[in-house]
Amino acid sequence: MITIIDYKAGNLTSVGLAFESIGQEVKITDKPEEILRAEKIVFPGVGAAMAAMDNLKELQLIEPIRKVIADGVPFLGICIGMQVLFESSEEDGGTECLGILPGKVKKFRPSDKMCKIPQIGWNTVKVKKPHPIFEGIEDESEFYFVHSFYPSCSDANNILGQTDYADAVFASAAGKNNLASVQFHPERSGRIGLRLLENFCNWNGN
Amino acid sequence: MLTKRIIPCLDVRNRKVTKGVKFQNNIDLGDPIEMAVAYSDGGCDELVFYDITASAEGRPIDIEMVREVAKAVHIPFAVGGGIKNLEDMRRVLLAGAEKVSVNTLAVRNPKIISEGAKQFGAQCIVLGMDPVKVEKSEKFPSGYEITTQGFRTRTGIDALQWAKEAEELGAGEIVVNSVDADGTQAGFEINLTKMISENVGIPVVASGGGGTYQHLIDVFKEGKADAAIIASMIHTGKFTIKQIKDELIAAGIPIRKKW
Repeated sequence: MITIIDYKAGNLTSVGLAFESIGQEVKITDKPEEILRAEKIVFPGVGAAMAAMDNLKELQLIEPIRKVIADGVPFLGICIGMQVLFESSEEDGGTECLGILPGKVKKFRPSDKMCKIPQIGWNTVKVKKPHPIFEGIEDESEFYFVHSFYPSCSDANNILGQTDYADAVFASAAGKNNLASVQFHPERSGRIGLRLLENFCNWNGN
Repeated sequence: MLTKRIIPCLDVRNRKVTKGVKFQNNIDLGDPIEMAVAYSDGGCDELVFYDITASAEGRPIDIEMVREVAKAVHIPFAVGGGIKNLEDMRRVLLAGAEKVSVNTLAVRNPKIISEGAKQFGAQCIVLGMDPVKVEKSEKFPSGYEITTQGFRTRTGIDALQWAKEAEELGAGEIVVNSVDADGTQAGFEINLTKMISENVGIPVVASGGGGTYQHLIDVFKEGKADAAIIASMIHTGKFTIKQIKDELIAAGIPIRKKW
């Protein structure tokens, strides 16, 4: 059973459908007690960092999220769900985030005006550290991205994969221990994305 | 490196994919779900569905079809045609579409772009525009006028002005569908695409006229498009997406290679 955290940060339909298509049962919830009981957690989200943090506070989900991560439950952050794991984001004039991963979320500042923001489309992920979520996925495979801000890890040990866009080579996948997170959208990344989600389902968090 | 996207366009009428020339003489081509799966498995990067008669018939978009597509393919897809308000946008997005495309609605009520972007995120809101070539004038400095309702209505709005306004309002992407080139397979309107792409900071998708490898190479290299919509050239079975991608890669264009 995959528990998907619903904190009103965008549309969870495609994430749910992707897990169902690989034979997983899915529970979408905003209830702290259900998150605390979960076996595997997906923390998705699109939209703005500040709205995401405000919703997490309002729904009283911050402590449960910290607890399950500390307790070793396999945890996958996606897009905004990845970004808010860092210390802060430049979005919305500066937003304090969860600080579970060391580093900051920065805005792309391309010097070339033909480099469009948001980054929309398929870009390659160079694996920096072998990880169970990349099992069976060829290095430098392409995944689907949609974002204007990117995570910058201050601990290089947490970088699992890197992607090059605009003025940045950024951590498109990061994690430590039982926590994995990706800036791209595996649920929109075709067969290779589904493989990553399947790998997450088979991962015990070690 | 970010790759250039190849996006098959499925015009849907009564649950059948259809294709015409300059929005006329449509013929039915097949089932939208089956075609979506075939193109996704074949390596397309995204899909776009237009419910082409919803608007004219004044009925809501076919949400059941959107749901079936979302179950069947796990790549991004946009849905347009017949979106009348924020509630329609919400239904399409909740059914599993990645993006919703507005065209006529945005011309009538530009605020729908900013309201949609605020509610659902700018990345969800695509502005579709159907410009037609006109004499350059004070009223039309770009030399292109926006039309709506499948070329039936002229709006008196300059294409470039409208693209800039849509960006300011918060659109995440602009699809530039040349009315003059639509369905002709005679090549994209490179100058139009280039002019829009160079003057907005958001991605621009070229649409209308793609018929050969060279047309696509040109629209990416000369036209500065971030993505290209194709229809006739693949719907007829003349080319596969794999063949198209191989040719673009050979021409040095960054293209997604593994799927």
